[in-house]
Amino acid sequence: MTENAIIELQRVGKWYGHYHALRDVSLSIGKGEKVVVCGPSGSGKSTMIRCINRLEAHQSGNIIVNGTELTDDVKSVETIRKQVGMVFQNFNLFPHLTVLQNLTLAPIWVRGTAKAEIEEVALSYLDRVRIRDQAYKFPGQLSGGQQQRVAIARALCMRPQIMLFDEPTSALDPEMVKEVLDVMIELAEEGMTMVCVTHEMGFAKSVADTVVFMAEGSIIEVAPPAEFFGNPRSERTRQFLGQILEH
Amino acid sequence: MSKELTSRRPAWAASFEEEPSQAMVPPPALTALKPFGWARNNLFNSRLNTALTLSCLAILWFAVPPMLQWALLDATWTGTPEECRAAEGACWSIIAAKHRPIFFGTYPYEEQWRPLLACALFLVALGVSAMRACWRPWLVGVWFGCLTAMGALMWGGVFGMTYVANDRWGGLPITLMLSVFAIALAFPLSVVLALGRQSGLPAIRALCVGFIELMRGVPLVSVLFMASVMFPLFLPEGVTVDKLLRALAGLTLFTAAYLAEAVRGGLQAIPKGQYEAADALGLGYWQKMMLIILPQALRIVIPPIVNQFISCFKDTSLVTIVGLYDLLTAANIATTDPEWRPFFGEVYVFVGLIFWGFCYSMSRYSQWLERESNKFNRR
Repeated sequence: MTENAIIELQRVGKWYGHYHALRDVSLSIGKGEKVVVCGPSGSGKSTMIRCINRLEAHQSGNIIVNGTELTDDVKSVETIRKQVGMVFQNFNLFPHLTVLQNLTLAPIWVRGTAKAEIEEVALSYLDRVRIRDQAYKFPGQLSGGQQQRVAIARALCMRPQIMLFDEPTSALDPEMVKEVLDVMIELAEEGMTMVCVTHEMGFAKSVADTVVFMAEGSIIEVAPPAEFFGNPRSERTRQFLGQILEH
Repeated sequence: MSKELTSRRPAWAASFEEEPSQAMVPPPALTALKPFGWARNNLFNSRLNTALTLSCLAILWFAVPPMLQWALLDATWTGTPEECRAAEGACWSIIAAKHRPIFFGTYPYEEQWRPLLACALFLVALGVSAMRACWRPWLVGVWFGCLTAMGALMWGGVFGMTYVANDRWGGLPITLMLSVFAIALAFPLSVVLALGRQSGLPAIRALCVGFIELMRGVPLVSVLFMASVMFPLFLPEGVTVDKLLRALAGLTLFTAAYLAEAVRGGLQAIPKGQYEAADALGLGYWQKMMLIILPQALRIVIPPIVNQFISCFKDTSLVTIVGLYDLLTAANIATTDPEWRPFFGEVYVFVGLIFWGFCYSMSRYSQWLERESNKFNRR
């Protein structure tokens, strides 16, 4: 796996003051692999994926994304961020820009794409997330589910090789979860490399190639979903699954 | 049932269509809006309120009629100082007699059409810049042309106009130029200071915090003194910086420090997620700030920023202490004529009205700007 890994975490450590957020996290993700990261809150899941595009800086170990090692060097961060798209729990759309402007801003300023060209691309992405008719509205005029789909389209407009999802459905009303998951499933079917922190176990079962379980800043278990849900190895995993699958 | 209610609703209620629960609430009884009922409900609804209402009316009764008597009814509108002395009321003829030195100070009398034209040009340029439809690249050209023309008019020495050194300028042109240039220069500087204060680089942060705290901790008068008296001492032999320019620098730096704190307030109000989204998309620091953060942050702080603009406009009158003749100083000097001396009060009222006019325009403009910038920004 290691030879053709697109994301490689090697003994990554991170502290917030004295709080040890990540403890020797090692993980290797192959091209086109779909990884679902789950675990109780405070287990370091979000911190881990936010380290992958340097929204948080790791303090020990190595992170290598698509052949570039992530260091304090601004160049390496720039290179990696251009290849990694991210979707946040709270959408984080830019409220002062229209939906279309949200999508085209980064391609125009970061990649230097011509405006007319990227607008066409952006509209086709909006089509794919079934929201083209809202292109000229402002984010504040959209529902949560619509906003999150715009956020996914915005990340895709940068043509990333990897997509990170940080609890993409946690801030949504229940009836809007499905429309966002549907878009994510389509994306997975197209072969995108995806790392997704989520509590949607249904999504994990149907889409993931690998499920990563974290607790207290460490990776406890890495397994294919069938094995993870059917025959978890560690006691901590069984306990967690027992809690969330109870309902 | 609900259909019936809908049809009986007044026309204005149609805008609440999407919130049916609100539309069901009947509009407030119309009787409450009639003056008599309104006064009873709002002004005389308790003993305390009745007492307060009556005392306010009494104060108005004692203050307003004598004021009107002085300012309008008994006032002398055209007349000599002698006629003014004989009359009881205000002597507005001093304005007619002294408006030239009030507006233009010691600028050569025959040449005063030049500062007048320069001020008119300046105000037109400001008016044009205030309109949204004119926020185009050509506006830069308009300003370039305007400033060149103003310079030519004020200094002269070209096109057969006599040269007038800028120590003879005074009155309204000085007030307008100082305040507008100070505001125009202080604003970008304040944004840089505010960003610097939030910078991750300790040296830059310390520099910005130090500057802001120094400027805020010192009265404007001493900043102006420093700029005017101390600053030349640090310059190498033979290098001089114009007095007007030095005062402008002092005023700019002082205003920038205060503005920077207002801008910082806006920066802090922007959720962390906006910074992260911009980072994740790969935007660089300046792109992130100019495209994402500042457009949102500055919108929030329009009221405190305009507050500072207004304050800066009025502060220009302090340049008198370094020997510049702004509008207020020019007016002050205009009243030294012994004949008209007793009527200095009227001149101050007049100048006060001019200041108020400018400040009130700014205030109204800021309200418009706030509405305009939030039109599409419904969260």
